[in-house]
Amino acid sequence: MTLKVNLITGRTIDQGVTIENKTSSDYQEATAYCELNSNDAGKVGKPGSNIKIKTAHGEVVVKLKENNGNPDGLAFIPMGPWANALVDPDTKGCGMPGFKGIQATIDATNEKVLLMKELIARYK
Amino acid sequence: MTVITDALCPFCGCTCDDITVVVEDNKITEVKHACKVGAAKIKGHHRIKAPMMRTDKKGEFREVSYDEAIEAAAKILAGSKRPLMYGWASALCEVHKKGILLAEELGAIIDNTATVCHAPSTLAVHEKGLPSATLGQVKNRADVVVFWGSNPVHAHPRHMGRYSVFAKGFFNEKGRRGRKVIVVDVRKTDTAAMADEYIQLQQGSDYLVISALRAILAGQAAVVPDAVGGVPKEQLVKLVDTLKAAKFGAVFFGMGLTQSISRYKNIDNAISLITELNAFTKYVITPMRGHYNVTGFGNVCAWETGYGTAVDFARGAPYYNPGETAANDVLLRKETDAAMIIAGDAGAHFPADSVRHLARIPVVQIDPYWNPTTEVANVVIPVAICGVEVEGTAYRMDGVSLRYRKLIEPEHPTDIEILEKITERVREIRGD
Repeated sequence: MTLKVNLITGRTIDQGVTIENKTSSDYQEATAYCELNSNDAGKVGKPGSNIKIKTAHGEVVVKLKENNGNPDGLAFIPMGPWANALVDPDTKGCGMPGFKGIQATIDATNEKVLLMKELIARYK
Repeated sequence: MTVITDALCPFCGCTCDDITVVVEDNKITEVKHACKVGAAKIKGHHRIKAPMMRTDKKGEFREVSYDEAIEAAAKILAGSKRPLMYGWASALCEVHKKGILLAEELGAIIDNTATVCHAPSTLAVHEKGLPSATLGQVKNRADVVVFWGSNPVHAHPRHMGRYSVFAKGFFNEKGRRGRKVIVVDVRKTDTAAMADEYIQLQQGSDYLVISALRAILAGQAAVVPDAVGGVPKEQLVKLVDTLKAAKFGAVFFGMGLTQSISRYKNIDNAISLITELNAFTKYVITPMRGHYNVTGFGNVCAWETGYGTAVDFARGAPYYNPGETAANDVLLRKETDAAMIIAGDAGAHFPADSVRHLARIPVVQIDPYWNPTTEVANVVIPVAICGVEVEGTAYRMDGVSLRYRKLIEPEHPTDIEILEKITERVREIRGD
């Protein structure tokens, strides 16, 4: 089924640890995932499975993770290029894009998670 | 083997100054006292070895000499009608000074990583000022500590230990037991799990909740509905009582406020709440700054140009209007025709449409590491790591300036040397 969520992005400690090592698989592991609570996660797959997230601004495939700190309908992706494939670029007259509060849909997928190089290559 | 004590950490805005670093044969072999984020930054890893260039962004880089890369960078920037110079937060103030000079020379826009972090906080401070204090005051005095839209367990791992929660202070001998910790967030973070009181609001309703708190504080609880932003009124009334009972309250806020709908207006409202609380007791508010020297860039830029960031030199004099002159504004309008990205990673941290435009224009990158910006760059100039291989000044999140020492000798030139050479060549190319 397609799950409708409100998406926020932000820091995590492992994103910080790997931030100067963005070509590594550790960085991908630390940032190319989406957290949902187990109730929402159960609607789109098992933890570790691939999910496709779409917003009005783009789409990206990441791994599914559970975090029961999230309320129903709230999705979290660590900041980085995977999250930023989805965020709202509108700076709302103050220079700041919309990194939090983006309407998104989530589906299970068999597509793979792109490597950082492959992800950025989509923009060239 | 050399053991360096009381070294400063060049990762986050806490700028921890109690780090011990063991150096053997000019290599850092051990880092003590730092959090795992800081230790990873200080230890370092696979660097870009030599400058690289390419014409076709889909093609491979070829290694070139520093002179060749500096020449290419100077030509790109001197030939640009609307250059953007972005990044700066992972560099020292001495680098910022050189960068602002080059921006003025080029008539460029210079913006730093605050543009995707706390720049909205600066806009709010323009409106309302900032009742604040040093982290030392918080450590010594605070008995109520609020983290709003901020998750220090992940983003500033030693903040709670050194300054705000667990630290014992002059007037707070009990440490954690002497402080009431309140977390306001949209999900139960690891910081929220450690709080005495956790207030979960609906994402995007911070402005409403702050307004409700202000109404209750003003004695107008009757006008507040039964729930605001998903928070029951009783919980808000109880929170106001707790805030008022403080002898010294400290509020720390993060991206939960700056990046949600309402942006700088959230902070504007929060500062008003703090000002009003000061009619009852002592309160301070501090943004949780991310990069270790993002605060430094704001300071250097303010005293050099009059503005803290997003400064446009196109008119020959500094002009500042975030929403028009911030990095993402000019990229999304496809106005920028060349970019220099230094000590920051626009490729990773800007929205896709901004990165798409960077992929279409000439990009010069100055950075120790290969990252998403490298993927869209034409000229890549590797440099020494500020705060580890280069000494200089940085500003902690509370505005305290600190001197970083050199821990090991660099194998690459410094940002300062590269910027000086580019500036010199730009002047020659333009015949100044």
